[in-house]
Amino acid sequence: MNLPLVIAVSVLKIAVVMTVLLTCVAYTVLLERKVLGFIQLRYGPNRVGPWGLLQPLADALKLLFKEDFTPPGANKYLFVMAPIITAGAAFLPFAVIPFAGTILPPEITFYGYKIDLTVAALNQGVIGDTNIGLLYIFAVGSLGVYGAILGGWASNNKYSLLGGLRLCAQMVSYELALGLSVIGVIMLAGSLSTVAIVEAQKSTPFIVYQPLGFVIFMIAAMAECGRTPFDLIECENELVAGYQTEYSSMKWGMFMMGEYAHIIAASALATTLFLGGWQGPLLPPVVWFMAKTFALVFFFIWVRGTFPRFRFDQLMALGWKVLLPLSLVNILVTGAVILLIKG
Amino acid sequence: MQILFFILGAVALISGGLVVFQKHPLRSALWLIVNFFAVAGIYLLAHAEFIAAIQVIVYAGAIMVLFLFVIMLMNIRQPEADPKIPFIGRKLAGIILAGFTGLILIYGVTKATLTAGKEMAPGLGNTESIARSLFTDYLLPFEVTSVLLLVAIVGAVVLAKSKLK
Repeated sequence: MNLPLVIAVSVLKIAVVMTVLLTCVAYTVLLERKVLGFIQLRYGPNRVGPWGLLQPLADALKLLFKEDFTPPGANKYLFVMAPIITAGAAFLPFAVIPFAGTILPPEITFYGYKIDLTVAALNQGVIGDTNIGLLYIFAVGSLGVYGAILGGWASNNKYSLLGGLRLCAQMVSYELALGLSVIGVIMLAGSLSTVAIVEAQKSTPFIVYQPLGFVIFMIAAMAECGRTPFDLIECENELVAGYQTEYSSMKWGMFMMGEYAHIIAASALATTLFLGGWQGPLLPPVVWFMAKTFALVFFFIWVRGTFPRFRFDQLMALGWKVLLPLSLVNILVTGAVILLIKG
Repeated sequence: MQILFFILGAVALISGGLVVFQKHPLRSALWLIVNFFAVAGIYLLAHAEFIAAIQVIVYAGAIMVLFLFVIMLMNIRQPEADPKIPFIGRKLAGIILAGFTGLILIYGVTKATLTAGKEMAPGLGNTESIARSLFTDYLLPFEVTSVLLLVAIVGAVVLAKSKLK
């Protein structure tokens, strides 16, 4: 194994993916404000740059120059760590999400040296392909809850603590439905590797075989992101802003980045698992991947603009009494059908 | 790889020690999470990717969240005050017990000879191998575990619901 080459190519891939991702996060905020504006018959931000296109820059500058306030009773270390954990946990899943097929030939000749690029998925359009890709996503995804719960606790504020506890209960409940809804996909693909799952969807995307799984996945992902029908964690009329109440400046900005990165990650994961990932005719794979992902991001925003908020008991009842049994039924039916056909 | 192993081992040991020595239960819980990550890293080095992922999902992602939840709901803000005079007898007993356990462990680990496990079937990954042995060789223990979990769930529901009436 050519270690320097592996590190160099990996760092390059990470740099590209992170740059694109951070830009996407910034512009998803603008997209949300614009789309919500149109849904509510307003213009949305339209002062900075043409059509408001430079608004993310203005937002970031404003956040950076705001006073960075730490409440006196707060636990200093955990108060700083919480936004970092939230943002980090939202960015980590992109390590195994394939955004294209092979981007390089398996072997290149470089000044007479033959370099094998098949090691460590160097020629693949993914930062790192691993045989536990999906489990990795769920492992790092489950860490996001620490950001909220620690932020809520460290702020030393009742609203923050209640918001953190709410998010914690919500995420733990919906993680079950989320995890079980993708098992049908794993059974169809016969692998946990995200690259293999995309390759298994060459002829038909899995949404055709797993419509119920896709619906459950999207609802649970919306709850995991704490988005509007499920945004009880920052329910303004009850909890001020939930665990974010005491945060200001770039620390709050990190929470926001985490939230939007989480939405993009959920959309990218749904694209990978159900919509065939980067596969599609004519257009280059990256374009297909981005188009599918942003269609789902738009769906997230659309839902936020048009649905009212649940009550907390409704949220818990939906998670445990509807989504969980339905996802179990989905697994059972998928297993039975696979057995009948392949049997 | 060796260096990585020693770094992860050191992190696991130090964080494990800090779990015990912290006075605040929340800090103990947080150091325990660090410990789980270090152990997951060691599993990864041993090419047990599935176990590593499950370690993070189950322990760090679910069980510790529940622990934190309970600690926060009880709202233990201030650690209990130090007793002025430490109970000598209790400390002595603790040290002796810990010493003996340590000795037995060290003796056991150095003397033990591990027989080679079943070889992984060729062409099968980590997850597939575990699944295969779980559903063939260890089918009965696996099913018994699920029944045990079901009993625990029913018990929890009975305990929670009986108070409501």
